[in-house]
Amino acid sequence: MNQVLYILRRLVTLIPVLLGISVLVFFLIQLVPGDPAVTLLGSHVTDAGVAALHQQLGLDQPLWRQYVTFLGRLLHGNLGESYQYKSSVSALVLQNVVPTVWLIVTGALFAVLISVPLAVWAASRRGGAADNAIRSIPLVGLGMPAFWLGIMLVLLLSLKAQLFPASGFGTGFVGHVESIILPALTVALALVPILVRSLRAGLLDVLQSDYITTAHSKGLGTPRVVLGHALRNAAVSSITVLGVNIAYLIGSTIVVERVFALNGIGYLMLTAILNRDFPIVQGVTLVFAVMVVTVNLLTDLAHAALDPRVRLA
Amino acid sequence: MIGVRREPQRLAAPVGDGVNTLLEVHDLEVEIPLPHGRLRAVRGVSLQVGAGEAIGVVGESGSGKSLTLRALLGLLPHPARISGGSILLDGVDVTGLPTRRRQQVLTEAMSMVFQDSLTALNPVMRVGDQIAEVPRRRFGMSRSEAHSRAVDLMDRVGIPDPEKRFRAYPHELSGGMRQRICIAIALSAAPRLILADEPTTALDVTIQAQVLDLIDTLRRDEQLGLVLVSHDLAVVSQTCSRVYVMYAGRVVESGEVRELLTGPRHPYTFALLRSVPDPDAPVHRLLTIPGQPPDLTGLHRGCSFAPRCAFAQEQCTTEDDDPQLVPVAAGESGSGSHDSACIRWESAAGWDSDPQPVDVLERHP
Amino acid sequence: MTAIAFPGRTTDAATPRRRRGAVNLTLIAGLTLFGLIALAAICAPLLTSADPIAQDLLQARLPPGSPGHLLGTDQLGRDVLSRLLYGGRTDLQVGVLAVVTPFVAGTVLGLLTGWIGGWFDLVVMRVVDVVVAFPFFVLVIALVFALGAGTGSIYVAISMVGWVAYCRIVRGEVLRAKEQEYALAARASGLPTWRILFRHLLPNVVVQAVVFSMSDIVLTILAIVTLSYLGLGVPPPTPDWGSMIQDGQQFLLTQWYIATIPGLAVVLVGFALALVADGLVERFGQR
Repeated sequence: MNQVLYILRRLVTLIPVLLGISVLVFFLIQLVPGDPAVTLLGSHVTDAGVAALHQQLGLDQPLWRQYVTFLGRLLHGNLGESYQYKSSVSALVLQNVVPTVWLIVTGALFAVLISVPLAVWAASRRGGAADNAIRSIPLVGLGMPAFWLGIMLVLLLSLKAQLFPASGFGTGFVGHVESIILPALTVALALVPILVRSLRAGLLDVLQSDYITTAHSKGLGTPRVVLGHALRNAAVSSITVLGVNIAYLIGSTIVVERVFALNGIGYLMLTAILNRDFPIVQGVTLVFAVMVVTVNLLTDLAHAALDPRVRLA
Repeated sequence: MIGVRREPQRLAAPVGDGVNTLLEVHDLEVEIPLPHGRLRAVRGVSLQVGAGEAIGVVGESGSGKSLTLRALLGLLPHPARISGGSILLDGVDVTGLPTRRRQQVLTEAMSMVFQDSLTALNPVMRVGDQIAEVPRRRFGMSRSEAHSRAVDLMDRVGIPDPEKRFRAYPHELSGGMRQRICIAIALSAAPRLILADEPTTALDVTIQAQVLDLIDTLRRDEQLGLVLVSHDLAVVSQTCSRVYVMYAGRVVESGEVRELLTGPRHPYTFALLRSVPDPDAPVHRLLTIPGQPPDLTGLHRGCSFAPRCAFAQEQCTTEDDDPQLVPVAAGESGSGSHDSACIRWESAAGWDSDPQPVDVLERHP
Repeated sequence: MTAIAFPGRTTDAATPRRRRGAVNLTLIAGLTLFGLIALAAICAPLLTSADPIAQDLLQARLPPGSPGHLLGTDQLGRDVLSRLLYGGRTDLQVGVLAVVTPFVAGTVLGLLTGWIGGWFDLVVMRVVDVVVAFPFFVLVIALVFALGAGTGSIYVAISMVGWVAYCRIVRGEVLRAKEQEYALAARASGLPTWRILFRHLLPNVVVQAVVFSMSDIVLTILAIVTLSYLGLGVPPPTPDWGSMIQDGQQFLLTQWYIATIPGLAVVLVGFALALVADGLVERFGQR
């Protein structure tokens, strides 16, 4: 039916984007100035090592050949071999992805739990003191570096108040929960300023709509008008806002993992950068992009499920 | 509430053909607070509708006609608010009631049909559910009862294959069908009075006539009162027995529709009639009234229409205030009097032969 | 009602509507604040005599308010105020300059793709789709890594990623403007395409790009500071807010101000530019 068709069509549009992502990630190595092998090996450079690396990276082959080989490997889930760990990048990513997923999911949850009530409060008291206060959040929050925010939270809630651990992922489920709260709060708070502004605008749009007036004119009580008419329409606009911004949230996990020494894939990537472990950097960059694409797909599907007008488009 | 509250028994006096007055509005004032003052959008409007009676409210955009209508149901857009006057239902003043109670009383008696059916319907809710909502939520019907009630209503407003259309979303229907859905929603609350705000303006001409017919038929069949707001005198004259002409937030003339059309006693009505294109005229030309309605935040002296009036004389602008509505003729067959707010209404008989207004109108197309 | 019989006279002011060109407090406040910050950074040598690089281990980690060191010193005995001002020089300069290339490239490309449409539009928009699929920080970090750490790489990396937003905004504006009468009139008059594009369309569509560039400068400064914090940005010992925060992180418990002060500076810059952006929106309107 309509919905199945929409999902299929949406999946087809993924193909060029995913191909484009693979091309961009592939070309990362072409940006490396000079002979990538020499640069990559750094102080460990030897003629034999350079030759081996050329062989391994396929640098002696024409560019398109290299890409086809690269793409072929990707399709088999092979992200290459780490120099440093002498193990496959896919295995390393799988080992480290759990804290990152925790961070993204909890962070998104916190962001929603903080922004939605604020936005609802502001929109329902339009022009009032609460609204003005909430509207100034984006002004102050726009220039807040996520890592600095994290450090400040560590200072206040971990070092001073001793409420949460300052770093690591803890052990066991409870340990994970305890350790994820501060980093998740950090990525959430970095997003809240942007989120609150868009959510408030979306809510005001809905509340000013004619169909809300219609619902009032039917003599329905305010709770019924809000739950039956405003909520779903507000959710439609909010989900789009969330989807757009989760990419930003995913991006900020990389530096927040560093602040909290959380051994996710962002931390893996930053460590790899220090060790000039190129395949890991390449692989993790790709994984991050695929995460964003997946989140965007999910929000589009949620949007389509909530809004009947989308399926025709 | 500064309005003069008259005694209910006096207000319940019969209007029209001996029918009881359903709704009475006295000296309604609506204002919109602005950063530097306030805009007095409705300035002392009074009107009345008998049970089963159809009245029309006519005026240019910005004349306050839509705000008047919305004020009656307590649906004024933010930040407009009622600042004076009284609303009486069945002779009982409801303006003093607490907000929620008043809202309940008003919405139980009246329903509203809006101009733009696309935005007036919830885009993510099936149209059938929107019709079934009041029976289900307010009248406490079961799901299946509410469903069949909605299908009945859809059938009544002339929607073919209502069972199937029940499941449609607003964007899947044509403009005419959507407006029929809106009418069905209005009927679903079993109102005694329907407020229609330019219900046909957004529609094609052929559909306009159908929807207007539908409203009229339903009104007759159900003995509903109707307040039809339109900028188009022609639309109103087809459906309504009494007409209120509004200008700059005030009623400037009111009376029985035939009387008003044949013998307007206010220059604004006169000009409105001139601006209706005459299908028999050799040249089709939409004449407009020259000039702009006044800025309701500013000061003016005397009649607010005077600056645009072809018959204005010095005395029209020397008074402090807009002229009051005065009876100019006893209504025929007792359907209320014919009132005008023009101090020169007595000279109206001569307006027709006076070539001046036509000249003015043609000079400013 | 008869008691109050002066309708139309109750208004105390005659000009209720906001006029174009009326005093725009938000814009003025934002520009003033940003101007002061920029001035302080530019005049750093005049405002402080302390060398931002000079170490003095005997004077290390002094608290704010110490004689000769208004904001104290860091772990190497360097004056925090001086590093803050000179760091602002670095970060503001890179932040503003790094936005220029993406602004110009994105605007021109958005103008062309919106105007030409067809396959050109399709190709460019697919490229845009690909670039926005990457989280901004991740892609910038990966690019800077590939290009090698340093200011030059930051300019290149930000340009490679940043043009996308401008391209999208301007393209959307062009698609809207194209159908408007002034554009149709310009087309009908047979003017050369480049003239229509740059003389008639550009001034109308560029406003939204300018508004966006304000928050883009903030985003770019955030990126630079983040890269420096990660050791990929401005190479030491050049002072920069990001590396200052990184230095201070290890002394958080004892000298919290070393990491806190530069962060507040970034927030202040963000606040100033957010005010400018809001003021511009107020002045020109959104969409």
